[in-house]
Amino acid sequence: MTEQVTEARDPKSSPITKSSGNASGDKIFAGLSYGAGALILVVLAFVAIFLVTESLPALAPTLFSDQDSISSADNFWVYVVPLIGGTIMASFIAILIATPVAIGIALYISHYAPRRISTPVGYVIDLLAAIPSVVYGAWGMLTLSTALVPVYGWLHDVLGFIPFFSGDPSTTGRTLLTSGVVLAVMILPIITALCREIFLQTPKLHEEAALALGATQWEMIRMTVFPFARAGIISSVMLGLGRALGETMAVTLVLSGGVFTLSLISSGNQTIPSEIALNFPEAFGMRQSELVAAGLMLFIITLAVNMVARAIVNRNKEFSGAN
Amino acid sequence: MSTAVKKTVEGASPDPKASKNGKSSRNGNAFTAGQKPRWVWAVVLAGALVVGAGITVVLGGEGFSVTGWLIFSAILYVIGMYVTTRVMENRRRATDGLWRNLVWAAFVVALIPLVSLLWTVFAQGLPTLIANPSLLTEDMSTTNGATDQATVDEGESLAGGFVHGLIGTLMITVLATLISVPIGLMASIYLTEYSRGGLFARSITFFVDVMTGIPSIVAGLFAFAAVQLFVTTFIGTGPAQLQMVKMGLTASIALSVLMIPVVVRSTEEMLRVVPNELREASYALGVRKWQTIMKVVLPTSISGIASGVTLAIARVAGETAPILVTAGFLATTTWNPFNGWMTALPVYIYRQLINPTAPGAPLPSELRAWAAALVLIVIVMLLNLIARIVAKAFAPTKTGR
Amino acid sequence: MAKRIDAVDLNVYYGSFLAVQDVNIRIEPRAVTAFIGPSGCGKTTFLRTINRMHEVLPGAYADGKILLDGDNIYDAGVDPVTIRAEVGMVFQRPNPFPTMSIRENVLAGYKLNGTRLSKSDADAILEKSLRGANLWNEVKDRLDKPGSGLSGGQQQRLCIARTVAVEPSVILMDEPCSALDPISTLAVEDLINQLKEDYTVVIVTHNMQQAARVADKTAFFNIQGTGQPGQLIEYADTKTIFQNPENEQTLNYISGRFG
Repeated sequence: MTEQVTEARDPKSSPITKSSGNASGDKIFAGLSYGAGALILVVLAFVAIFLVTESLPALAPTLFSDQDSISSADNFWVYVVPLIGGTIMASFIAILIATPVAIGIALYISHYAPRRISTPVGYVIDLLAAIPSVVYGAWGMLTLSTALVPVYGWLHDVLGFIPFFSGDPSTTGRTLLTSGVVLAVMILPIITALCREIFLQTPKLHEEAALALGATQWEMIRMTVFPFARAGIISSVMLGLGRALGETMAVTLVLSGGVFTLSLISSGNQTIPSEIALNFPEAFGMRQSELVAAGLMLFIITLAVNMVARAIVNRNKEFSGAN
Repeated sequence: MSTAVKKTVEGASPDPKASKNGKSSRNGNAFTAGQKPRWVWAVVLAGALVVGAGITVVLGGEGFSVTGWLIFSAILYVIGMYVTTRVMENRRRATDGLWRNLVWAAFVVALIPLVSLLWTVFAQGLPTLIANPSLLTEDMSTTNGATDQATVDEGESLAGGFVHGLIGTLMITVLATLISVPIGLMASIYLTEYSRGGLFARSITFFVDVMTGIPSIVAGLFAFAAVQLFVTTFIGTGPAQLQMVKMGLTASIALSVLMIPVVVRSTEEMLRVVPNELREASYALGVRKWQTIMKVVLPTSISGIASGVTLAIARVAGETAPILVTAGFLATTTWNPFNGWMTALPVYIYRQLINPTAPGAPLPSELRAWAAALVLIVIVMLLNLIARIVAKAFAPTKTGR
Repeated sequence: MAKRIDAVDLNVYYGSFLAVQDVNIRIEPRAVTAFIGPSGCGKTTFLRTINRMHEVLPGAYADGKILLDGDNIYDAGVDPVTIRAEVGMVFQRPNPFPTMSIRENVLAGYKLNGTRLSKSDADAILEKSLRGANLWNEVKDRLDKPGSGLSGGQQQRLCIARTVAVEPSVILMDEPCSALDPISTLAVEDLINQLKEDYTVVIVTHNMQQAARVADKTAFFNIQGTGQPGQLIEYADTKTIFQNPENEQTLNYISGRFG
């Protein structure tokens, strides 16, 4: 960036006299921008390499026989699989709740609300996406969980025969289901914002063609908006899923964790990010690499989800019906 | 006419009876024939409210839950409107109305938690902050379980504060910005101005996309692992050296991993909007490429870039997990991000909630957390607002689109 | 089944902007009526008020009356959906549904309705509509291919077939040939001449030769300046408009002095 400074100091001279003197500036600038691009690739490679090296002691303890054995279980996989289960369960609760609501709000903004309502609502959604996750966590821990206690009691009484609602309902409400609801509220603005963009891009020509045939509002949406936006909806839901999988604070603060259980309304379960956040500050040695290894698993899962989402977006680009 | 009616679309066709009688029937307009009267919705709503109350009483057991009543009534209203429209008009109208009601319901359902969240933060945080402005100027070094216990038992004023969190967030975020903006800016300049869509450029774009999806805690682990590797390789492996790994700078590196992709994406978009005519006009004057970029391209898009960077800052300023695992937390104020643990505001909120200063009396800690949450929200919202204003006010009057 | 259209004191607004002022016109059934006039004169806006398509734009509304065989389509409680199935529309640029095949495009109106058509009924409607749109011979071997694969002129005729399939009483056409090449234009114009046997056809066109070729009656719209509302200046038999107009503005326009 140094030549930026030299350039600023340069007296104002005619472009012609400058042209020969600054030829090296071009090379340096091109080199710098190339270097910045390369650095990004290197950083990402390092993320993968460092995570793997740091987690090797946990993944292959026999290679490091001088280390202590794994602290919390006989084997890393025995330790991590319940965590993966908890992570996936919490994220799926979030997706199941957030997707229909988000598509509804996106449709509300793009096709149903009068314009003087839809524009401010759009702004509010954008702002909500910016609220820090720790605030969502605090709200879930102190407000939502107590409000949900009677609901859990009721769910247990009425639907207790389903394994998800079978365990003793938590008296604090700090359960995996509450975490899932908080996650849903958190990813709602993200999915909504993405879906709204896509819905608004539906070609007006096609919408008008449907209306002119005598389609009702809903039929027009089903005939033109959904076919156009299908891939976009799927990928925005996947991106929301990626966000929910990696979200830490909403779960750490809300869930009073424990061993893996199918019941969503009892205490118990834990997710990978929350496990790391709770234990990493005090961890060292083997425990530390165990947690980094858990982080590596999370990285791989979210990477897969995000890559699928991107692939859908890119495929959609080529075959989009837009003109 | 009658054959035409059969063949036209069902919802569109005038009521066959009305057509047979001719236009002279009741209201004189064939197009409104066969529609349900306008007051139907009010009747359905009233019915839904009454039946909803009944269901709530039967299912709810002791006590009458207003929330439950409203939920049941809303469900009954939507179903009721569907059935009524279906019976009185036709299936298409009923379906259309059903989805319209469901879309509105989605909107209302989503508003409830969001309003509740904002309300809680303001209702809890604002009075606390007004009553104890010292929260903004003190840290936690003199606050302990005994002082909080005294606040609860003897009504002493709320002790402690989070100025160390504000300073920590400021230092860590500024450092992260200093790291990510040059890298992000130069990388996006490479993508828009230099690359010709080769494998290198495509892999940068792809991996920037991948980076946006990295869980923030993984970014924290990466920064921790990277600094630890650096320290053990070049400085030493003793406990004192390992202690060095956790510092403000490590947190900044973690935040940079999250921030760089956001900066690249937004800057790239802004640079692509700059019309090619401007670049060509500059080249035609004999101006070198890098000077064209510095003097023509960047100034044209500077407001968009600034707004993108501000949004990126707003995003990382609210991060908790990556800072928690890289910079730890501390009760005292420190300005030095290169040595020792450092508290950021989100981490402060988290610690106050999960590990109250007085475990027997968590209320003072919760109040401090709400006040800090309010301040954090205000900071983030201000940054967002600034970004919007910058983007609007300084936008070039003519863009390439 | 073709219906007469009467506009009575019709004003159209976009928000507070008056776009079309005081239109009174009677459009005869089983005839082609052309709207001509310079850009921005409100002819398309007025056309869209006949099936309430202008309401798609936020803030747009109309006051006054449009009567279809005496029934006001702006009466309180009238559902625009009902009107649009009665008054079909063909747009400036061909817009077949991209995700549907040719067959599905033609039958789209019936699919909306949820009418269970037997295969033979559906095939009959398909063939009749496509023949009605002079498209049958060109597409009969590829009915299950996407409609977006056709040429521009074929796509436009497909859109006309789609409109005709639901048997509306009026067909509105908004510059249907402006995106087409001369040969396709000719094909569509031939089709318009056939359509008037069964329908009330209203066509907006920029092309005066086209109006002279296809229309029985012609209405000339004009504006007095930017920001002014569009007005109906003259309405008469096409021959009269082009050979012996009463109004000086009409004369200036058809003789190419502006627009």
